[in-house]
Amino acid sequence: MQKSDYIISVKGVSKNFGSKVVLDDINLYVKKGEFVTILGPSGCGKTTLLRLIAGFQTPSEGTIEIAGEEVTQTPPHKRLVNTVFQKYALFPHLNVYNNIAFGLKLKKLAKELIEKKVTQALKMVGMTDYEDRDVDTLSGGQQQRVAIARAIVNEPEVLLLDEPLAALDLKMRKDMQMELKEMHKTLGISFVYVTHDQEEALTLSDTIVVMSEGRIQQIGTPIDIYNEPINSFVADFIGESNLLNGTMIQDKKVSFAGTAFDCVDKGFGENTPVDIVIRPEDIYIFEPSDAAMLTGTVTSSIFKGVHYEMMIETANGYEFMVQDYHTFPVDHQVGLLIKPFDIHVMKKERVCNTFDAKMIDSTHVEFLGTTFECNETPNIEAGAEVQVEVSFKHVILQDNEEEGALTGVVKFILYKGDHYHLTILTDWDEDIFVDTTDVWDDGDRIGITIDPGSIRVIP
Amino acid sequence: MMQKILSRGYLWLLLMLLYAPILIIIVFSFTEAKVLGNWTGFSTKLYTSLLSGGVKNSLVNAIGNTFLIAFIAASVSTLLGSIAAIGIFNLKIRTRNAINFVNNIPMLNPDIITGISLFLLFISLGISQGYVTVILAHITFCTPYVVLSVLPRLRQMNSNIYEAALDLGATPIQALYKVIFPEIKSGMLSGFILAFTLSIDDFAVTIFTIGNEGLETLSTFIYADARKGGLTPELRPLSAIIFIVVLILLLVINKRAQNAHKTKS
Repeated sequence: MQKSDYIISVKGVSKNFGSKVVLDDINLYVKKGEFVTILGPSGCGKTTLLRLIAGFQTPSEGTIEIAGEEVTQTPPHKRLVNTVFQKYALFPHLNVYNNIAFGLKLKKLAKELIEKKVTQALKMVGMTDYEDRDVDTLSGGQQQRVAIARAIVNEPEVLLLDEPLAALDLKMRKDMQMELKEMHKTLGISFVYVTHDQEEALTLSDTIVVMSEGRIQQIGTPIDIYNEPINSFVADFIGESNLLNGTMIQDKKVSFAGTAFDCVDKGFGENTPVDIVIRPEDIYIFEPSDAAMLTGTVTSSIFKGVHYEMMIETANGYEFMVQDYHTFPVDHQVGLLIKPFDIHVMKKERVCNTFDAKMIDSTHVEFLGTTFECNETPNIEAGAEVQVEVSFKHVILQDNEEEGALTGVVKFILYKGDHYHLTILTDWDEDIFVDTTDVWDDGDRIGITIDPGSIRVIP
Repeated sequence: MMQKILSRGYLWLLLMLLYAPILIIIVFSFTEAKVLGNWTGFSTKLYTSLLSGGVKNSLVNAIGNTFLIAFIAASVSTLLGSIAAIGIFNLKIRTRNAINFVNNIPMLNPDIITGISLFLLFISLGISQGYVTVILAHITFCTPYVVLSVLPRLRQMNSNIYEAALDLGATPIQALYKVIFPEIKSGMLSGFILAFTLSIDDFAVTIFTIGNEGLETLSTFIYADARKGGLTPELRPLSAIIFIVVLILLLVINKRAQNAHKTKS
C-alpha cells in the first residue's frame, strides 16, 4: 500500500502527563474512507489519542500526519478534521441553525451557500425543520444529531467521534449506530471512533484498534479480533471467553484442563506454556457419551434470550462457560466437545515475574523498592546487579496491608478456569503478576509477601 | 395569636430601623428648609433646582466625575476580571485554590488600608494624583468582585465548547468572543453592575487617591460640604434619586438571577 493512501498517520507517538505515561509508542494508520474504532477500557488512553489527532493536545514524542501533511504542532482550527464530543458540546446561546452554520460562517461562505449546506446536513441526520429550535429544548439523541451535523457540514477529511453514543439509552444507541454506519457509507470519509463498548466496535468498524494501558494491543478487522485475539487481554475484553493455561505438546497438539486436544496451531515449539481461548458458543454440550472430550457437572444455567449460558465444572476442577440453544439442569452430568479450529492458542506474554534487583548480602536481595530475604547465593557479591524471577503462584497476597513486605492495588483480573491471574500495581509503580484461587476485586488494596525459597536469583 | 403579633412586630421594627434614615432623606427632600429636620411645607423646589442647575457648579462636576470614574473603572475591571476568571478556571486545582485565596484578600481588606497603601504606592512611584489614580484605585478594588461573579458561570459551562469552537475553525480569540463570552455574559454583567455601584459608593479609597488638584467625587464633595457647616439642601433630592436608581438596579439583578435559575431548572 502506498503511503499516500493513509489519511492519518500516527508515528511513534507518546504522551506523558507529568511522570505518568498515558500513551506509549503508538503507531496507527487510517486509510481514506475507513471506519476505525479505538476500543479499550476507561483510562487506557483512547480519548487522549483522539485529542492528539484533533489537536487539543500535542504529543510528548512522535509525529502525526493528516492528509500527507505533518500537523504534530498545528493548532486544531487549522486541521482537516472535525470532532463529535461525548457531551455534544453544542453552543447553548445559538439555535440549531447557527450551531451548524458556525464553522461555515467562520469560513466566510456566501449566505445562500451556508443555508443550502445546513439544510443538507440537517437532512442527513434526519433533523429537517429543526433549524429554529433552541438546542436546550432537544433530547439527548437530537442534540447528538445536531453535533454530528455541525461537524460533517464542514466536509472534513476525517470525522473524530469521542464516545458519541455513551450518554444515550440502549434503544437510541442501537438506532444511532445504524445511522452512523449509513452516514459513513454515504459520506465516504474516514471515521475514527472511540468507545469502550466492544459490541459497538464490532458492529460499526472496518478496523478495530484495541488499547490497554496506553499501548495498542491489537489492530485488525472485527472478525480477526474476535476469532484470533492476540493475547489474553484482548480475548477477555472482546466478547465472552474461556481463558486457560495450556501446554503446547507439539505442533497441532495442545493440553489444557488435564486433557490433550488436537488443534490447528503450530510453531510454538515443544512443551511450551501457552494461553488458550475458547469462545463459549464454540463448545458443544450433550449427554455424556464416548464422543465427550471432557465431562463435568452443570453448576448454573441462565436464560439469555437467544441462548442459555451454562457453567460446567469438570471433575478435575476446571470451569467452562458454554452457550447453547438447549439447556441442561443444574447438577446434571454433561459431555463437552471442542473442535480443533475452535481452540485458539496464544503465546504467553510472560511465564513468571522478572525484576531487576540488587544483592544486599548473600541472603538478601532488593527489588521493587523492598529488601527480600532469599536463599543463600554464595557466588554473588553484595551490591551486584542481578535479575530475580518469581513464579506467579508463589506471590502471597494479604488482606492486611501492614503484613506485606510491599503494598499495591489489584488492577486487572483474568479468570483462568481454575484460578485467577491478577495484575497488581505495586506502590513502587511496577506490575507484579499473581496466580491465586482467592477472590479479589478490582481496586482492592493488598499487602504482598514472597517466600524466600521461591525467589530465584540470576547473576 | 400573640406570638404572631410579636414576630410580625419585630420584623416591622427591624425594617423601620434599617430604612428610617433613607425614608427621612426622601421625606425631607420634598421641603425647602435649609436645615435638615425642619418641615416648611411640601415643595419640589429642591428637585427643580437640582435638575435645572440651580446648585453650585462643583456639585454637578462631582456627580459627573463620579459617574465617569465608575463607568471607566467598572468597564476596565469587567474586562480584566473576566479574562482573569477564565485563566483561573483553567489552572490546576491547587494553583486555582491559591489564586482564589489571593483574589479574596483585597475584598476582605479594610478600604482604609487599601486607600493608604495605594496612596503610598502612587507617591513612591511619583504618579501625580488625580483622575488617573482614582480610576486605577477603583479598578484595583473592583476587579476581584468581577472575578467572583464570573467564575460560577464558567463552572456551569460545558468544558468542551471552547474546544468545539476551535475544532470548527475558530482561532482562540474568535472562540473567546464567539463562544466563551456569550456563555459568561450574565456573570460579566452582574460583575459590571457590582463594580459600578462599589465605585460610586466609595469614599475611603477615593479620599486617599484623589489628590489636591480640586478633583471631587460625590462622596468627597459631601464630606467637604458637611465639614464646611451644613449640607447643601439639594443633596437630599440627589440622595433620594441615587437610592431609587440603586434600588432599580438591584431589582433588575435579582430578576435576572431568577430568570437564569428558571431556565436552568
